[in-house]
Amino acid sequence: MIIIGERINGMFKDIKQAIQERDPKPVQEWAKRQEEGGARVLDINVGPAVSDKVSAMKWLVEVTQEVSDLPLCLDSTDFVAIEEGLKLCKKPAIINSTSAERSKVEIAFPMAVKYGAGLIGLTMDSKGIPKDSDSRLAFAMELVAAADEFGLPMEDLYIDPLILPCNVAQDHAPEVLKTLQQIKMLANPAPKTVLGLSNVSNGCQNRPLINRVYMAMAMACGLDAAIADANDEDLIEVAATAEILLNQKIYCDSYVKLFIEG
Amino acid sequence: MAVEILREKSRASVPEVTIGATKEEGGTRTHTITVGGDSALPFHHFEGEIKNRPVVALEVQDIVPQWHENLTKYYSDVIDNPGQWAKKCVEEYGADLIYLKLNGAHPDNGNKSVEECVAVVKDVLASVGVPLIIVGCDDEQKDNELLVAVAEATAGENLLFGNAEQTNYKSLTAACMVHKHNIIARSPLDINICKQLNILISEMNLPLSRIIIDPTIGGLGYGIEYAYSILERARLGALQGDKMLSMPVIATVGYESWRTKEATLSEEENPSWGDAEERGILWETTCATALLQAGVNILLMRHPKSVALVKKHIDDLMVSNNY
Repeated sequence: MIIIGERINGMFKDIKQAIQERDPKPVQEWAKRQEEGGARVLDINVGPAVSDKVSAMKWLVEVTQEVSDLPLCLDSTDFVAIEEGLKLCKKPAIINSTSAERSKVEIAFPMAVKYGAGLIGLTMDSKGIPKDSDSRLAFAMELVAAADEFGLPMEDLYIDPLILPCNVAQDHAPEVLKTLQQIKMLANPAPKTVLGLSNVSNGCQNRPLINRVYMAMAMACGLDAAIADANDEDLIEVAATAEILLNQKIYCDSYVKLFIEG
Repeated sequence: MAVEILREKSRASVPEVTIGATKEEGGTRTHTITVGGDSALPFHHFEGEIKNRPVVALEVQDIVPQWHENLTKYYSDVIDNPGQWAKKCVEEYGADLIYLKLNGAHPDNGNKSVEECVAVVKDVLASVGVPLIIVGCDDEQKDNELLVAVAEATAGENLLFGNAEQTNYKSLTAACMVHKHNIIARSPLDINICKQLNILISEMNLPLSRIIIDPTIGGLGYGIEYAYSILERARLGALQGDKMLSMPVIATVGYESWRTKEATLSEEENPSWGDAEERGILWETTCATALLQAGVNILLMRHPKSVALVKKHIDDLMVSNNY
């Protein structure tokens, strides 16, 4: 299970302020804290409020890499900002993200191939998020076909079947689980899968509980990675334990410690 | 249309462990031995690099062992002289390494003093140029005292010391840390303990590149399949990136083979089994070859003729089958 730390994101006040003032301290503290918590990749998102997304992305990539060797997941709707960030990445990064919309696919896939990056593909198009598993899968198939078309190794494609908050769209949770299982059958080798996990509990009261229960369920259905709170200790313990119970890692008494240390 | 042949590509490889140190490196060995480094399943040259050939160590003890005469007759002129015994193993029988078991230190085997054992080790070091593997007498208390002293007396030689076990690993790990040796981490046919012991040892800051694992084997006919499946699982884990199970492996082939009825029963007792010595040699050889396929890097053996057969077999296995 790859935990992609979600905390370096301009949606959070401290990061937003750090970007505005070009103060590297909060960004670097979160980079270190998330790595220590169990993150294996760090998501980098400048947030919606920044006027110059390109320079903000470049700055975040640079200051993060000053303190962490983890690969980065460049999270933006602006492909120019992503490409400028990719040029600075010392390790193969992940592009976050493209939808299955053809105009975006034609930019994102060649870019991932050019920079040797992974790519998160969302199972949606310009019309929004599908309601059921079958429609999600249709988009997943288009993304798999695009990987083949543009020469992206299937293991570098991360398909995100898009989970919605369970308090407003409860019927989506089981549909996403069904989709995860089916994605693994679309190709051999299969594409990877990812979720923006914390979204499942957005607006709910006991968010950590919902996050970790859903993660365990999703892992059993084939989830490979989650953009998540790497400093939620209970969540990390569940991820480590699910890996053991799915026979993905060989048991030893210190398996949680080993998961955190990577 | 060209057919693309699928090959399993590994994400990780077995780390390399080097045993011995030459004069330039602070020791007195004529050469060093490096094992491990595989980035594919055993001898799958077509899927990755099989960097170093598996090696064979012949066993030498500090007291005359109670071995079968089909073994002892090859060592009869030297069996009471560990230095000469080791020399014969290297010069006449082609041992890559010497596996020195300090059995005489055991309270039931004469209870040799630490000083006497250190003298034996020094004698063997002076008699041969190959690196040594040194193990104690299987008495925890005595071994802790003994191995720490031997490790200190051989500081700089970069030898391989055993055995660290889950219930008794701290003093040997510390001695290997301080005096810069390698360690054998031995677990009782249990992959979970095997992994945990590696973690415990590395938590004491001994680098992973100085650990060799002995997952314990069963001899041919006596549970070798359990050993095989554990070794196979560990190696698959190693190649997928489980670094706490990735170390090179050592196996006590000679000990397990020569305690079986099949290797030792005389022809008179069971005529249909045929010549006893040939049977014993083949029993040890077959045990070794099966374990080579499971990924064993260091074979601890006893019969010189088994060693010759196994070394020939390793030569054949190391010929690339890449396509």
